[in-house]
Amino acid sequence: MSSAPTTPPSVDKVDGFSRKSVRKARQKRSQSSSQFRSQGKPIELTPLPLLKDVPSSEQPELFLKKLQQCCVIFDFMDTLSDLKMKEYKRSTLNELVDYITISRGCLTEQTYPEVVRMVSCNIFRTLPPSDSNEFDPEEDEPTLEASWPHLQLVYEFFIRFLESQEFQPSIAKKYIDQKFVLQLLELFDSEDPRERDYLKTVLHRIYGKFLGLRAFIRKQINNIFLRFVYETEHFNGVAELLEILGSIINGFALPLKAEHKQFLVKVLIPLHTVRSLSLFHAQLAYCIVQFLEKDPSLTEPVIRGLIKFWPKTCSQKEVMFLGELEEILDVIEPSQFVKIQEPLFKQIAKCVSSPHFQVAERALYYWNNEYIMSLIEENSNVILPIMFSSLYRISKEHWNPAIVALVYNVLKAFMEMNSTMFDELTATYKSDRQREKKKEKEREELWKKLEDLELKRGLRRDGIIPT
Amino acid sequence: MAGASELGTGPGAAGGDGDDSLYPIAVLIDELRNEDVQLRLNSIKKLSTIALALGVERTRSELLPFLTDTIYDEDEVLLALAEQLGNFTGLVGGPDFAHCLLPPLENLATVEETVVRDKAVESLRQISQEHTPVALEAYFVPLVKRLASGDWFTSRTSACGLFSVCYPRASNAVKAEIRQQFRSLCSDDTPMVRRAAASKLGEFAKVLELDSVKSEIVPLFTSLASDEQDSVRLLAVEACVSIAQLLSQDDLETLVMPTLRQAAEDKSWRVRYMVADRFSELQKAMGPKITLNDLIPAFQNLLKDCEAEVRAAAAHKVKELGENLPIEDRETIIMNQILPYIKELVSDTNQHVKSALASVIMGLSTILGKENTIEHLLPLFLAQLKDECPDVRLNIISNLDCVNEVIGIRQLSQSLLPAIVELAEDAKWRVRLAIIEYMPLLAGQLGVEFFDEKLNSLCMAWLVDHVYAIREAATNNLMKLVQKFGTEWAQNTIVPKVLVMANDPNYLHRMTTLFCINALSEACGQEITTKQMLPIVLKMAGDQVANVRFNVAKSLQKIGPILDTNALQGEVKPVLQKLGQDEDMDVKYFAQEAISVLALA
Repeated sequence: MSSAPTTPPSVDKVDGFSRKSVRKARQKRSQSSSQFRSQGKPIELTPLPLLKDVPSSEQPELFLKKLQQCCVIFDFMDTLSDLKMKEYKRSTLNELVDYITISRGCLTEQTYPEVVRMVSCNIFRTLPPSDSNEFDPEEDEPTLEASWPHLQLVYEFFIRFLESQEFQPSIAKKYIDQKFVLQLLELFDSEDPRERDYLKTVLHRIYGKFLGLRAFIRKQINNIFLRFVYETEHFNGVAELLEILGSIINGFALPLKAEHKQFLVKVLIPLHTVRSLSLFHAQLAYCIVQFLEKDPSLTEPVIRGLIKFWPKTCSQKEVMFLGELEEILDVIEPSQFVKIQEPLFKQIAKCVSSPHFQVAERALYYWNNEYIMSLIEENSNVILPIMFSSLYRISKEHWNPAIVALVYNVLKAFMEMNSTMFDELTATYKSDRQREKKKEKEREELWKKLEDLELKRGLRRDGIIPT
Repeated sequence: MAGASELGTGPGAAGGDGDDSLYPIAVLIDELRNEDVQLRLNSIKKLSTIALALGVERTRSELLPFLTDTIYDEDEVLLALAEQLGNFTGLVGGPDFAHCLLPPLENLATVEETVVRDKAVESLRQISQEHTPVALEAYFVPLVKRLASGDWFTSRTSACGLFSVCYPRASNAVKAEIRQQFRSLCSDDTPMVRRAAASKLGEFAKVLELDSVKSEIVPLFTSLASDEQDSVRLLAVEACVSIAQLLSQDDLETLVMPTLRQAAEDKSWRVRYMVADRFSELQKAMGPKITLNDLIPAFQNLLKDCEAEVRAAAAHKVKELGENLPIEDRETIIMNQILPYIKELVSDTNQHVKSALASVIMGLSTILGKENTIEHLLPLFLAQLKDECPDVRLNIISNLDCVNEVIGIRQLSQSLLPAIVELAEDAKWRVRLAIIEYMPLLAGQLGVEFFDEKLNSLCMAWLVDHVYAIREAATNNLMKLVQKFGTEWAQNTIVPKVLVMANDPNYLHRMTTLFCINALSEACGQEITTKQMLPIVLKMAGDQVANVRFNVAKSLQKIGPILDTNALQGEVKPVLQKLGQDEDMDVKYFAQEAISVLALA
């Protein structure tokens, strides 16, 4: 009897013939947190009168009661259970949203803990496992939250609460604390984009109103990103968090604190390495440019960082990198440009010679950018020698005629810029190549000698050749 | 220098004849700095060669400082460097100088990229063993302390992996310090560090004195197991296995079980999943008494967990759970406490759960014996054989051998057949491929009569499948069947059908004939090959499709060794010579190759 049964490859995952777009025909998936299920018993809530139907003196107490009622959680995966009560809770939540928006003096001190408790009960939950373990956010439909009819109203209510003119952060901070924020941040992993959108607003409001939580929020976002980059590569809310950060960075005071610079170099730059970069690249590039506009002296470490993490095999990512680099070059100061131009143009020279025409094309488009052109022109004595051999070679060898045409334009521009140097480089092209080849040969010989030496040592050690 | 001269890299070997000073360090370092990453990477991978050329002293005084200070590079290069340095002790002069390797590795242990850091830690662990106890306290322990109190989380994360290697050989005072530092990393305020500490908790516990395990590790375990982040809590479950192995039954009950119970009911499904996934290890570590009182009830809950992920992980462990129970109680426990839950899982809503169960359920039959299997398990097998999900059916079929030993396969054959037929015609080719692979096994167990009657036509139908991988597998399948049922059977049942396909209008089917002949000729032997197969192959040399013709050449090369000289010279040679003049260059190529391999030139 075989003790290790062989499991055949999972059929669903690997079949080359069922394309994702075909599979999509399935009905929309929805899911809900594990906590709701298997309760079994029907839920009974005693209907309360409408707030507007009672005298204003009784309203505060009724408001509290309604908040408490809304702490009851329903199972939305079971579409048939508790229909009446689900509808009752929905209308109550609606009423609460209206009430908190319109009424004056409704936010007494007692209401704060109840509001936060109701919100916590409803939104804080362990997110369920993703349905398909290879969830591809670009291709697959997201799994939607089943309890959204209630959840949406709770978020709506919470935002109205935070935005209310009567809202007092000094009272609320007792309840909206670090633990609350931590749980809120975990929810950003939700697969449901509607929920993430609400969370974004909520977190933004909290960041704005609770000064004492700001550093904590930034640190926790740091942790989420670091885990995302170095441990899991999976977190659904990266784009939303970056969007919030974009506006936070915008508000940083000058000179930038060391903490913020560290965040840029050790967190934002490494985010470029993640496989799913395309999902949040726009937001990430925005953050980076915000930083550079604040403090141009960061240009060099940023560009060096991008070059360090330059994609080796993924052409789509390379195109994204080139796009971001152009955004950076659009705002670069000439003094910073000079510092970084050598490594930068070595990289651009590689991109220009990429066999993937989209990469080559994207890089060559830089020469249509007037500001970049002016920077190149000012430094043509440095840049031209770096670019020349690549351009010259592609103009002869690239398979794609459009690229060859673009390269001709670039060469022409260089010729007009600095004709003396251009002629010199053309003249020495061949001898330069030969020199390179010779160097290559010398390298090989060096290594061969080193290996012979190693071999000899080995033999001597084994006593085959006497010392 | 004893260690050094043993390795033949001491001063005597290095300086004497002068050929080592041929390479000034600058040249070598230039190589390590080459602009091209690939070349730089190659140089780093041959770092030992460079060190050898420099000799031990200059490696210590020039190369290592360079590596420590100036390497800022791509992670791939750093990874190679971290790996190299782990095996460098001999190249710097042996164990007495092993500590020279610490500075560059310390730097590497602080970089961001996890892969690099882990490799640096691995190398540090390796080198730690080469330190003398004195050097360990003088150099290694201070390094661990520096890492453990680093500013950025990366160095603290790396430190977590180094405590357990220096602890056993440290003095008592240092031991106390090490424990203290480990404690503080367990409550670090960065979750990444707590995760690293939690993942090393078990390993660290193993090298501690029993008293310290009870007084220090257990509280750490308890606090990590109730961390605010589920990613930390679930690692504590892993540590639980190692810690449990160190404690007595009574201590387990009071010190570990409360936490484990809590983990089995954690609000996060990831933690519960971990308990299910590590169930067998936990069961072994906790012993039979706790298993019976605590773990079985916990397991029942996991089998009916609200998350499919957890149920599937638990279902996977059903068989091992049974096997690890004390022999005398096995049957009763499984029958009374586990089987009712298994019955539920057979009709689970989630296909992964059902297929996890199907992959192990057959294994229970040996534990439960013939009668119980027939009465209780057989209905479940039959239900799973009719499951809508092909994975479930395949998993049952692939484990038939377990049942065969206990009750014989005949009990199942009536239900087996429809299941096999349906899988054989599944729309997904990978499903068809999987069932083909079980055919020889099934044929052996069901016998030749049953096979001829029910399954033979399926096997022939696969030969004309529209997916090549299926046709290929079908061809191999025929070969295995012939090995099982013998040449006479082949001659009567298979060969005629294969040969008919040589006249098929579809050239792919005609090629299949050739592939089958390639596979079958050896099993069928000289007579059948010469009399029945060869004429067909030769006839096909005139095919209008070049692919068929060059496959004729390949087939002839393949069956050539089986034929006698007459057939080779008289029949094969002229045909190959003709093909050798073919207008198609591939046909020509393969014909000529066959001629030279068969030595017919």
